[in-house]
Amino acid sequence: MGVEGIGARVVRKEDKRFITGKGRYVDDIKLLGMTHAHFVRSPHAHAKVKGIDSSAALNMPGVVAVLTGQQIVDDKVGNLICGWAITSKDGSPMKMGAWPAMAPETVRFVGQAVAVVIAESKNLARDAAEAVVVSYEELPAVADVHAAIKSGAPQLHPEAPGNQVYDWVIGDEGATDAAFAKAANVVKLDVTNNRLAPNAMEPRAALADYDAAEEHFTLYTTSQNPHVARLVLSAFYNIAPEHKLRVIAPDVGGGFGSKIFIYPEEMVALWASKKIGRPVKWTGDRTEAFLTDAHGRDHVTHAEMAFDANNKITGLKVKTYANFGAYMSLFSSSVPTYLYATLLSGQYNIPAIHAEVIGVYTNTTPVDAYRGAGRPEASYLIERLMETAARQLNVDPAALRRNNFITEFPHQTPVIMAYDVGDFNASLDAAMKAIDYAGFAGRKAKAKADGKLRGIGVSCYIEACGIAPSKAVGSLGAGVGLWESAEVRVNPVGTIEILTGSHSHGQGHETTFCQLVAERLGVPISQVSIVHGDTDKVQFGMGTYGSRSAAVGLTAILKAMEKMESKAKKIAAHALEASEADIVIENGEFKVTGTDKAIALPMVALAAYTAHNLPDGMEPGLKESAFYDPTNFTFPAGTYICELEVDAGTGKTSFVNFVAADDFGRLINPMIVEGQVHGGLVQGIGQALLEHAIYDDNGQPITASFMDYAMPRADDVPSFNLSHTTTLCPGNPLGIKGCGEAGAIGASAAVINAITDAIGKNNLEMPATPDRVWRTIHAA
Amino acid sequence: MSTVKLTVNGKAVAVDVEDRTLLVQLLRDHLNLTGTHVGCDTSQCGACVVHMDGRAVKSCTMLAGQADGASITTIEGIAKGAELHPMQAAFRDNHGLQCGYCTPGMIMSAIDIVQRHGGQLDEATVRHELEGNICRCTGYHNIVKAVLDAAGRMKVSQAAE
Repeated sequence: MGVEGIGARVVRKEDKRFITGKGRYVDDIKLLGMTHAHFVRSPHAHAKVKGIDSSAALNMPGVVAVLTGQQIVDDKVGNLICGWAITSKDGSPMKMGAWPAMAPETVRFVGQAVAVVIAESKNLARDAAEAVVVSYEELPAVADVHAAIKSGAPQLHPEAPGNQVYDWVIGDEGATDAAFAKAANVVKLDVTNNRLAPNAMEPRAALADYDAAEEHFTLYTTSQNPHVARLVLSAFYNIAPEHKLRVIAPDVGGGFGSKIFIYPEEMVALWASKKIGRPVKWTGDRTEAFLTDAHGRDHVTHAEMAFDANNKITGLKVKTYANFGAYMSLFSSSVPTYLYATLLSGQYNIPAIHAEVIGVYTNTTPVDAYRGAGRPEASYLIERLMETAARQLNVDPAALRRNNFITEFPHQTPVIMAYDVGDFNASLDAAMKAIDYAGFAGRKAKAKADGKLRGIGVSCYIEACGIAPSKAVGSLGAGVGLWESAEVRVNPVGTIEILTGSHSHGQGHETTFCQLVAERLGVPISQVSIVHGDTDKVQFGMGTYGSRSAAVGLTAILKAMEKMESKAKKIAAHALEASEADIVIENGEFKVTGTDKAIALPMVALAAYTAHNLPDGMEPGLKESAFYDPTNFTFPAGTYICELEVDAGTGKTSFVNFVAADDFGRLINPMIVEGQVHGGLVQGIGQALLEHAIYDDNGQPITASFMDYAMPRADDVPSFNLSHTTTLCPGNPLGIKGCGEAGAIGASAAVINAITDAIGKNNLEMPATPDRVWRTIHAA
Repeated sequence: MSTVKLTVNGKAVAVDVEDRTLLVQLLRDHLNLTGTHVGCDTSQCGACVVHMDGRAVKSCTMLAGQADGASITTIEGIAKGAELHPMQAAFRDNHGLQCGYCTPGMIMSAIDIVQRHGGQLDEATVRHELEGNICRCTGYHNIVKAVLDAAGRMKVSQAAE
């Protein structure tokens, strides 16, 4: 490892612009002649649109146009798609309700757009939007998943009788039933996984610019995956063919999944820009984010786990109702199926698993992938079950987990996943040591003497990320491949540009990706730049989500580097009159091993471009590209343990200690990895203690601002004690597993297990607010 | 329309704005100082924090006209040329930022916190004082570290002056 190579805690290159106010986010961009869009949104959760009167708005100052849902349908802009086909247990395809970018006839959630006002300023657009008169005929609405599947419930889509999207199953039902028939003990649990709002701090925004002469669109947008946005806008929404549509995602202020999807607002901005012949900018406000950014989680689950007389797990049965909201968002269908049920084996040897997932429409904001996407729901369920089992079977929770750990790899679970490597005992040991697990009983007794309820909670998570082999996801219904692409350009003076299809929205790619180049070539990272987020510059890419940018994106860069290095070695060997096999790369030089003969990288690069003296038949230039498709998912895993105190008088939780022991395989920049874990842990703690996107029975959102939705603040959460254990991932040459989601996946169970341990009652739903904890303590 | 006269990052400016214009709109839309961000519109998140006459204020929650005659400092105005403010340097050195969106407001609030507490800060105080600034990326761990680090650096640089 050099000072800037793999494993070095390199301070981030991108920070300079962010700490000096020079970051460039979509809303910071101004174009000549730019107009501003403001959407007219439904105040009703379910209603017929009877008419839209724009006349008053059109007469207001600065108003350029008022455009409606019927116009966008008339112009044949495509309905929004869901990109992962799921098949129900009866063999029928999932039931897709039509989702136009603006509703021409029926609105199905509060905040759904029915029209858009385009004006000379944001304020004028907002003023005029209030003057657009929409006549609605209210319809009965339903927000709760159980209420939605009852007979007689309000129906959302004619395509989906009973509001059912699908009824999907995985695993061997017969084998699972047989395991339960022979079980010595059965543990049962009902769990709600609360709905969350992702709340990236930068609200979504879109700036669309149509060039009539070239019939070409440029879209600046808050996207985690600009190439996927271009593909979907082009192939499905009929905006423009790909070569006539450039999508640029500049600095993106957080995403957590919510900026994967292509939303109606981007479609409308593009379409409106062509219609009015001027650039159109839309920047959402926070309430629009609560109403229209895809939410996360929202599962209701009943699960049962069977144990034999030796406390070994013999079977697991799960039935989950997943609330999808009013429409199927881009990757929503995969979240409670292939990203959830395939992780239900957790870290444990479970011979038989059967899971059924029923997807349900309700009159709420669409639900899709949010940090962890299905895996937090699976991990929370399994780790609450293990804790419940330990209490019911009267054994130590850590010991029960250890008794059931998978210890031999590769391990084929009964739910598709084949874990490649891991050492679950190592991370459990590290976490137990870090928190002094053995000394907890003494600390609990002392706290009790002081009038405090102290608890400890363990959570052993596993996740599948680095998604994934394209062939495998294709066979499961995915509409896209999940490889990544990269290009390495060595300029004639020896500086290097890395073009990548990954796109950072806070992960620090401009630093970590350069570290790989520094490691391989021995050049300073200041000599390397990362180009990303622009479909005109980077050929293609699948983007950043699912903790895939290092495991997949960086591996693609490595593959391109290897090709470039191979050619550069040939040039160097030719120049040095040596054998190519004797050339080694060190400190920015190509050396003949065992001699003092060397040629510096800039000279090799210059030789490649002058082409005066290249080996016979070699093409000039020094630029290589690669597409990398992984061979398997990666399986980050670890143990989180939380120790806390509950005030029985108020129900308030206070953290005493929170330790995390993660196995992410090889770390490129430990400082950045730790930052990812910190942020993930707080999102997990936020879910456990604070956050809940709530609707009333009529589908009215109760939590649509930061005054109503409890975001974790600095004084809600502790500092963390992190450590790493390492098993290298065999699935990619760098041995990387990915670290972006682990914290959010593992933390919530640790917190709830600790609170329920402290209060001595097992039934406690998230978020465990002081009110809810107090009521649980004092319930009869 | 009114003319608002104020000093921004040491430079006197006069801007004609609609009376309802917010200070943050004046900074971003009229002066192109886009380092100051809007994250919530309800005065909760603190992405818009700037200094008015040396005190931290939320620029999304006051009218531009209320800043008439005031001296405003934004994130663009705290470095001395190429030399970063100690708080900026501490955020970078401690990895106190990820996506960077909340960062300008965090830094401006943090400078105010250190100034008000005279460098006598502990973790609990920093966490309590940061209640009005929301970060979704960092989990606050490294922000708290950065503020405590900067408090030390600012004490040293004050002593040197």
